[in-house]
Parts: sequence; C-alpha cells; structure tokens
Amino acid sequence: MSTSTTLEAPKSGTWDGGNEPLKASYGKLMMWFFLLSDAFTFGAFLIVYGLSRHKHLPYTGEPEAFTFSTEYWPIPEKVFNAFPGLHGMDLPLAFVALMTMILILSSVTMVLAVEAGHRMDKNDVQKWLLWTILFGATFLGCQAWEWAHFITGTDEGMLLADGTRVFGANLTVNQYGPPLFADLFFFITGFHGTHVFSGVVLLLMIFINTVNGVYHKRGHYEMVEKVGLYWHFVDLVWVFVFTFFYLI
Amino acid sequence: MATHHDHDLPAGEIPKPQTKAIWKTFFILVALTAVEFLFAFTMDAGTLRNSIFIILTIFKAFYIVAEFMHLKHEAKALIWSVLLPMALVAWLMVALISEGSYYFESVTNYFR
Repeated sequence: MSTSTTLEAPKSGTWDGGNEPLKASYGKLMMWFFLLSDAFTFGAFLIVYGLSRHKHLPYTGEPEAFTFSTEYWPIPEKVFNAFPGLHGMDLPLAFVALMTMILILSSVTMVLAVEAGHRMDKNDVQKWLLWTILFGATFLGCQAWEWAHFITGTDEGMLLADGTRVFGANLTVNQYGPPLFADLFFFITGFHGTHVFSGVVLLLMIFINTVNGVYHKRGHYEMVEKVGLYWHFVDLVWVFVFTFFYLI
Repeated sequence: MATHHDHDLPAGEIPKPQTKAIWKTFFILVALTAVEFLFAFTMDAGTLRNSIFIILTIFKAFYIVAEFMHLKHEAKALIWSVLLPMALVAWLMVALISEGSYYFESVTNYFR
C-alpha cells in the first residue's frame, strides 16, 4: 500500500500478531465463522420445514384440481401465484422469480464493489455499493408485498366444512394449509428478510464511510469485502429458501 | 486516522476493472435459475424433479461460495473448516426428513 507509517507497521513475530491463521485476516475469518453459525440456524429452519412437510399428508390429486385444505400440505406454486398489479391472475412463482433475480443482481454489484475496492477506485466502490443498496431495498419492498398478500389472502379464501371461510394467514390459522405451513413461511422468510435488512444497514454504513474516504485513508477496502461476504451469504440462503420453500 | 497523507490518485492511475469472471458467474447463476423454472413448469412434481432442483441448487451454491465469496481461493484448511460442518447439517436434514416420513407413516397406519 502507498501509505504505511511507522505507527501502523505490523508486528511480524509469530506470537505478536504477525501470523495469520488460515492466511485470512482476523475480520474475514470471524465473518466466515459467524456465517457458518448463521448457516446452522437457517439449516435448522429448513430442516424443520422438511420434517413437518413429511409429517403431513401430501397432496396426491391432479395439480389442476388443487384446492386449499388443512388436510394436506399445499403445493407452493398454487400459494405463491400472485403478482403486484395483476390481481386475480394465476402466475405461479413469477414474483418470486423476480425477487431471485433482484437478489442475484445485488450479489453481482456487491462483488463489483469489492473488485473496485481492490483497485482503490473510490468512485466505482461508491457506484456499486449504491446499486447494491438499491437492489437490497427493492428486495425488501418485494418481500413486504409478498407478506402483505400472504397475510391478507385471496378473494376466495378457504372454504371450511361448516360453510365459513378463512382468509389469509396468521400464526394459528391460514387459508393455504396446515398452521405450520404459514408459521414456517413467516419464520423462514422473516428471518431471511431480517438478514437482508441488516445487510442494507451495513451497506449504508460502509457507503457513508466510503464517501467520507475512511477506507481510502486506511489504505484498503477490507470492510467492503467483509460486508460483501455477509451479503453473498444472504443471497446464498435465498437460493436454498427458494428451492426448498418455493420449488419443491 | 491521525496520520493522514493526501494520496488521491489521479484518475489515470486506477487500474482497469477485471470483471469478466464476475459476469460469467452471474450468467451461470441466471442460467441455472432459468433451468429450475423450466423444470418447475414442464415436469410433473416428484422425487426426480426434486432431486434435479437440489442438484441445481448445490451448483448455484457452489458458484456463489466459490466465486463471489472467494472461498475457492482461500487456504485449504479454511475451505474444509467451512464445508465439513455443513456436511453434518446436510446429514441432519436427511435424518430428520426420514424421521418425519416415519412419523407420518406410523400415525396414518395406526389409525387406519
């Protein structure tokens, strides 16, 4: 780096901090192990989803004849088939496809910001961080709509045996299937959404620092890399949520 | 930083961006997602389709972790210390899903 003053010169002895275990900096290493522990939590959520799904009766009839019932686990394509502005149309997984694209794009702009950081290109780092924040916020907006729709329910709702109808979902009853289905939807996508939200907050913080030239003065953009690791992890979790919750 | 040296580089000194590999990974991820949707709409649900989804997901995860998170280029010991615990999580998933199936089987058969 161009500026390393005598004060900042690293100690080089093995026991003075000169030794980097696994050839990664302290911060990056800790981020990796934090993400590993976070992966356990998400793994536990998805495992519970798989367990409860196999505990319930699967729907065995024709997909065309599918109706919502608490008797069996719903087909995700029949639950997630709405799109904002296109009321009443059957568009299976269209909205979730859009959300997936937005998150993959945000991952790419994040890795471009990291790449710009390696070149000490402050303007490019700012530009790509801003794009990442934009995509991340858009994803959060999409998820808010998805939740609102899921909670409000469809026009028809679910017809119960006593002739009443259930609309939408809460933690005890929902129109789509067994109560656990909505519970797991809220917990899994909610926990992921919380992570996206924290990610956007972290991105805003490093964006402000980048604009103020904090990392340029420091001589490296490692903080962008560390937040980048977190952001890619959020994208990675979405890949799994997408498969296990929406596709299968 | 107390010891701040002004060293704003002139624009010409910043190296050119090297983004070819990044966009390549992006297109692979988009293509894999598109293939997933293709299977979702053209194939009937079943174990085979689910296996295809899971395999494609593992490919996507590989590209995100290896390229975007740069794990492929880290030390071998770091790669293993991340992958091995995840293998245990995968095992937990297999174990608990078969537990769920067993529970379902026994409950439905007992009360028939």
